[in-house]
Amino acid sequence: MEVGAGTMCPETFLRVTGPKPYKVAYVQPSRRPADGRYGENPNRLYKHQQLQVILKPSPSNILDLYLKSLEAIGIDLGKHDIKFEEDNWESPTLGAWGIGWQVMLDGMEITQFTYFQQCGGVDLDLVPAEITYGLERLVAFLQGKESVYEIEWTPGVSYGDVRLADELQNSVYNFEVADVETLWQLFAIYERECQRLVGMYPKYVPKERFPLLSAYDYVLKCSNTFNLLDARGAISVTERVGVIARVRKLAVGVAQAWLDQNTPEHAEAAAE
Amino acid sequence: MSERFLLEIGVEEVPDWMIEPALEHMRQLFTEVLADNNLGGTVDSVDATPRRLVLRASGIAEAQADETKAISGPPVSSGPGAVQGFAKKMGVSLDALQKAQTPKGEYWSYSKKVEGRKSIEVLAEALPVLIPKISFPKTMYWTGKGGVRFIRPIRWIVALLGNEVIPFELAGVKSGRTTSGHRLLGKPEVEVTIDTFADQLHTNGVVLSAKQRRAMIESGLGPNVHPDEALLQTLVYLTEYPSTIHGSFDRKYLELPREILSTVMRHHQRYFSVNVGGDNLAPEFVAVMNTSADPDGLVRLGNERVLRARFNDARFFWDIDLRRNLADRLEDLKNVTFQAKLGSYFEKTERVVLLAKQIAEAVGASRVMCGRAAQLAKCDLTTEMVKELTELQGIVGGLYAREQGESAEIWRAVYEHYKPVSMEDSIPSTVTGQVVALADKCDTLRGCFEIGLMPTGSRDPFALRRAGQGVVKILVEGGLRLKLSDLVGDNPQLREFLLDRAKYYFRDVRGFKYDEVNAVLTPRTEDLGDVEARLQAIRQVRPTENFEPLAASFKRIANILRQAQFTGAGTIDVSVLEPGPELDLHREFLRTSDVVFSHRKARNYDAALEAIGSLRPKVDLFFDKVLVNAPEERVRQNRLLLLSSLLTEFSAIADFSEIVTTN
Repeated sequence: MEVGAGTMCPETFLRVTGPKPYKVAYVQPSRRPADGRYGENPNRLYKHQQLQVILKPSPSNILDLYLKSLEAIGIDLGKHDIKFEEDNWESPTLGAWGIGWQVMLDGMEITQFTYFQQCGGVDLDLVPAEITYGLERLVAFLQGKESVYEIEWTPGVSYGDVRLADELQNSVYNFEVADVETLWQLFAIYERECQRLVGMYPKYVPKERFPLLSAYDYVLKCSNTFNLLDARGAISVTERVGVIARVRKLAVGVAQAWLDQNTPEHAEAAAE
Repeated sequence: MSERFLLEIGVEEVPDWMIEPALEHMRQLFTEVLADNNLGGTVDSVDATPRRLVLRASGIAEAQADETKAISGPPVSSGPGAVQGFAKKMGVSLDALQKAQTPKGEYWSYSKKVEGRKSIEVLAEALPVLIPKISFPKTMYWTGKGGVRFIRPIRWIVALLGNEVIPFELAGVKSGRTTSGHRLLGKPEVEVTIDTFADQLHTNGVVLSAKQRRAMIESGLGPNVHPDEALLQTLVYLTEYPSTIHGSFDRKYLELPREILSTVMRHHQRYFSVNVGGDNLAPEFVAVMNTSADPDGLVRLGNERVLRARFNDARFFWDIDLRRNLADRLEDLKNVTFQAKLGSYFEKTERVVLLAKQIAEAVGASRVMCGRAAQLAKCDLTTEMVKELTELQGIVGGLYAREQGESAEIWRAVYEHYKPVSMEDSIPSTVTGQVVALADKCDTLRGCFEIGLMPTGSRDPFALRRAGQGVVKILVEGGLRLKLSDLVGDNPQLREFLLDRAKYYFRDVRGFKYDEVNAVLTPRTEDLGDVEARLQAIRQVRPTENFEPLAASFKRIANILRQAQFTGAGTIDVSVLEPGPELDLHREFLRTSDVVFSHRKARNYDAALEAIGSLRPKVDLFFDKVLVNAPEERVRQNRLLLLSSLLTEFSAIADFSEIVTTN
């Protein structure tokens, strides 16, 4: 599933809602079509790997834990410079935002740290901390490589060997070749299917069987298609606001249904 | 016995730009707590790093003073039941009551002793209320829905009165005497007293004083660094222990314009750029670390690597943007909203082009040049470079226009058309640039005022005050002679708004006295470009012996006319004038009018004001010897008319009755 960030994965987006504590870590390949650089930029990628960590609720020593995690992978903080610079995160397409920092290691952004405040337009019961590690950058840093493509993937094989064609070809597709008309049609199809599912939910029984996660997948497809159109320069600033609102409506619809599906009575019904 | 006080709110990293206002607010809130609770004492200092807000005070009483409060009871004239009831309510016997004389008669009264509370108790209640009140532009909650809101999570609190901990709890954090050092250089838990606090912090890698951190950065910058006060201020509050490192980059990037390189360094990386040979960029930078040293040079290498990637990106944008002609982007502006009710940037551009041509004609600039520059001005809004480096809008357009062969007059006008961006900033350097900048700002002002988007209080989302300020500055400093009504149309609110901006400019920026500014800038002022010359003249003539006394006389005249409700007009009947001071004044008035008129026409305001000043002896003599309120109606009206003519005739340069005189 194409996502722009680990946050959009249901393991984050849906799990952070509701009153249930949750901890999870996973690697999320994240695609941002507009960030593609034809494989020519040493640390900006169309598709990069994030290590996504969610601690819900966030422990009070969370920043210390985070710094220790850097030391654990071999960064001697005594020899480097760490700064926490204000960077609040917001995803208008998901109706989600949070407060936090970008963490700068010797001037390079290696982590986005966010205390979530809202998801799907709802105030969160427990405030989760989201830590998003940029894996390529960290590894390049650890290996002392000039460019992420020089990372040693396995002995004799570089990250460039594995990924460069992917970056080049997708940059060409996203910026030059993607068919705008087709993308708009796809957007509409995904949107329709998602709307159909969200519309079905209220009358459907038993609730726990309802495929909300499938509905959410269509939100993600819409979001990615929107990003592709954006990279292709097909969305004017005026239109932008409207398209974002369409995706947000889907995201908020699924998030609210999800909260309902996971309310105690439905959960109990599911357990029986 | 008075005590010293220390409060340290330990937080996760607070955004740098919010810290100073928060400190001032904290000082104000705490001063109020001291005053409201009669605790005495004063705030000695407020200090902060990204991780702590600190307030220190002294002279705080150990306890509030005991107080006696007079509680008034029933009138003495009322029955014994009432007074017994009052005594019972107060919990005392009858003989503890006194009689007190009041304007309403004699009343029973009881002097109740209120014992002062211990300051530590009062503070233990006040502080957990005070802390969340410190205002920040954007707050968060972290302990769960409905929890305390603050700028970032609070992780520790030191609260001491003398040697005692002021006990309270906020957001699950108990106050105590344990602070925390620098994340990398210090210990996570450090016990302190008021005396040892600053030293202990220093030992643990925290320089508490912003002034000292600033000095540490400044001493490491080196001689050729491009000065950047805003960046310096940011770094002071982004670090607990700042130190500098000097890095370099490949000369090949110097092919990119300096504006772009230095913005990437400043905006994305918070580096200072370095000048060489005057205004050229050296392939070097200075970064500020939040740690004491870079022993292995790793931090420098890391920063150099990051900068290379950033410059690569800038070059990517530069190349792909230049594949298209700037002018061809005009069409794209149809899709960029300026303001919902005011249409797209394409429509705005059409209006600005028209207005720029009109202004060009009025000031004798080239219609063709101004029109072309206005047409290109907003075309960079859809470039990748501006999407990435928003603060370079205009500048990027100018650079692309230059690259694509537009004439210097045009590309420079595009480049500078957002100027002046502040009161300190200069206006566009060419007349074409000034015309386009004026047209752009006036269009924004007109449009927003038309649809009711005037700035209110601190809310000014379209930065209209800055636009207004810019208009004033360009008119005055560019010496452009334009009628205000031609620029702002017939909107009286916008006119008033601009005159207000002009007053602010002349007073606060240029330092003219406020009464002089009020005298020259009247609601009827049309030509802002001329205001400065008049102010200069007043400034020059004011110390001369005749000026202030004459101004006082003019004020007197204005008062007399107002009291007489004189609105008359017409011609002075010379035959009614009394020989002596009155006739002399009239003769002097006629003579001076001619002189003043010709000086004024030549904009020779000093000479005009001096000529007006020379009237003084005749005016003084008139007031000395002549009774304005003559019993005979015809004489009185004629005298008022003489005074009124005098006032009107000589107020054309400045309204002297606005001048505040010393005697």
